[in-house]
Amino acid sequence: MVKKTIHEINAKIKDGSVNVVTAEEMVDIVAELGPEGAARDVDVVTTGTFGAMCSSGVWFNFGHSDPPIKMQKVWMNDVEAYTGVAAVDAFLGATQLSESLGMEYGGAHVMEDLIRGKSVDLHATSHGTDCYPRKVLDTTLTLDDVNQAIMVNPRNAYQTYNAATNGTKQTIHTYMGSLLPRFGNVTYSGAGVLSPLSNDPDYRTIGTGSRIFLGGSQGYIVGQGTQHASAGKFGTLMVQGDMKKMSADYIRAANFTGYGTSLYVGMGIPIPVLDEHIAKAAAVTDADITTNILDYSVPSRDRPVLRKVTYAELKSGCIELNGKEVAASSLSSFKKARKIAGELKDWIAKGDFFVTMPVENLPVDTSARPMKETEGVSFVSEIMSTSVVTIDKDASVYKAAKIIMETAFNHLPVVSRDNSLVGIVTAWDISKAVSQDKFDLVEDMMTRKVITAKADERVDVVARRLDLQGVSALPVLNNEDNVIGIITSDDISKLFARRR
Amino acid sequence: MKIKINILPEIVTKPILAEAILETGVLLNVSQAHFDRSHGEVVADVPEEVFERIRSALVSKGAVVRRLDTPIEWNEDECVECSACISVCPTKVFSLDEDYSLLVDKSKCIQCGTCVEMCPHNALALINNK
Repeated sequence: MVKKTIHEINAKIKDGSVNVVTAEEMVDIVAELGPEGAARDVDVVTTGTFGAMCSSGVWFNFGHSDPPIKMQKVWMNDVEAYTGVAAVDAFLGATQLSESLGMEYGGAHVMEDLIRGKSVDLHATSHGTDCYPRKVLDTTLTLDDVNQAIMVNPRNAYQTYNAATNGTKQTIHTYMGSLLPRFGNVTYSGAGVLSPLSNDPDYRTIGTGSRIFLGGSQGYIVGQGTQHASAGKFGTLMVQGDMKKMSADYIRAANFTGYGTSLYVGMGIPIPVLDEHIAKAAAVTDADITTNILDYSVPSRDRPVLRKVTYAELKSGCIELNGKEVAASSLSSFKKARKIAGELKDWIAKGDFFVTMPVENLPVDTSARPMKETEGVSFVSEIMSTSVVTIDKDASVYKAAKIIMETAFNHLPVVSRDNSLVGIVTAWDISKAVSQDKFDLVEDMMTRKVITAKADERVDVVARRLDLQGVSALPVLNNEDNVIGIITSDDISKLFARRR
Repeated sequence: MKIKINILPEIVTKPILAEAILETGVLLNVSQAHFDRSHGEVVADVPEEVFERIRSALVSKGAVVRRLDTPIEWNEDECVECSACISVCPTKVFSLDEDYSLLVDKSKCIQCGTCVEMCPHNALALINNK
């Protein structure tokens, strides 16, 4: 049984005799020497990760203007920061979008611009008080001009993260990138063999107070991150560091098409090897770490798991899904993760960085509860109209016009002889047919590509579909493609009117 | 070489590609095609020496033809070598080296722009191509 203390390891860092290796190198060392031999030989294992971490942001203190202002609202390059605290403190979040540029530019970009030495326009408003009389403030600041810029990321460094794919017929744009139709690709995130929490899954050495590499400088772990779900190996970390000392090599703004902005954060965590259990855990390989591939096209919190997959499979660039070979690619950079683990290793070897024991351990048995929703969720079945009138595809345009006049329905789903949906006609389609002097069959003038809904879908999901497709009604189908109702934008407007 | 053929809505229903191919005998290798109500757009490969022939045939039928001679632009300063582009590229322009460096083989690029949308760091761009 090997037993080392943190003081012994730090003494070795101080006198330069420390043996520090990266988590990738540790795999072979443990394979060769066994956990006990490796624990005797290796003092510190360094990890690294570089990926999109949306739950990131910076606390600023801007200094007081004269006359002073108690900021009520504040914008940095037109990106709003939260200032519901003391007068000139504000928290800028990575995913907050610019009010003028939208998804092109967000909080993450403000952070990268500041780190790169660029100046940022600050605009603040206030109602004015006796002690803080100023109502409006405009100035331009660089990172040097603010008192503090403390990066505080509420949730970083996921232990593992789901891989994503898309089972629909259209490309979807997500925070996991573009997902091609019909399971056309798989994307994933995480450093696998170098992933910090995967190398210390019982949180023996990683906890509150641990000194880490954050954004190219020394930072600290605050404690468990938000949504820390350690029971299912989805642990997360809240971290902090001085943004003034960070480098754009390790902090990068990102844009995900159709989603918005995020921040790529570079983080490395050293694991002091105190005994063979820690040594063994730090020898985890890509083949040992598994995650789930989820269908991100399912608009629900509970997305179906298509299969389990290891990071070794994902990193091979090609995985098997439903009997097909599918290209897999990473959203996080393994090359950068390696560079971070290597840089942290250098710092420790040179005596510039000392390791720590947590002053408090992270909880090991937490799970993330879903939101308690008290307002109730509305389903299509609750508000759809079931008195829907359909028309046969062989009927005449004249008949369709007559039905619309008699029933006051604007949309007629068109059905074939077996009553399955084949198209839709609207009053507008009929006007168009008349204006072009075409009085043929409904089949010849109907819209064939019908956007539909299911009765058990949530209204919010269907409302977005109406909006995206630019239509005003969706036939509701059962599993046999028979029309059982219709939901219109009017139905949805009435629902929201009732809620208010 | 790659060319882009734009077809205006007035002629979108006419088989001008087929006509031009039959007339000139030039083999167009279509790599992408997109048609909707407002226009048609076709990206195709064609041998350099017969480009002029097929171009004039298509233009005489009302199409607009442009050379696509600027493949994807890769900004290495913005790129973090995450590899997101790899799984969306239809022609395997991108790959990872053994040391996880991104390799970009521009000669394979059909300028579809899928990777431009995918790249989280705006490190890929198609210039002079829209």
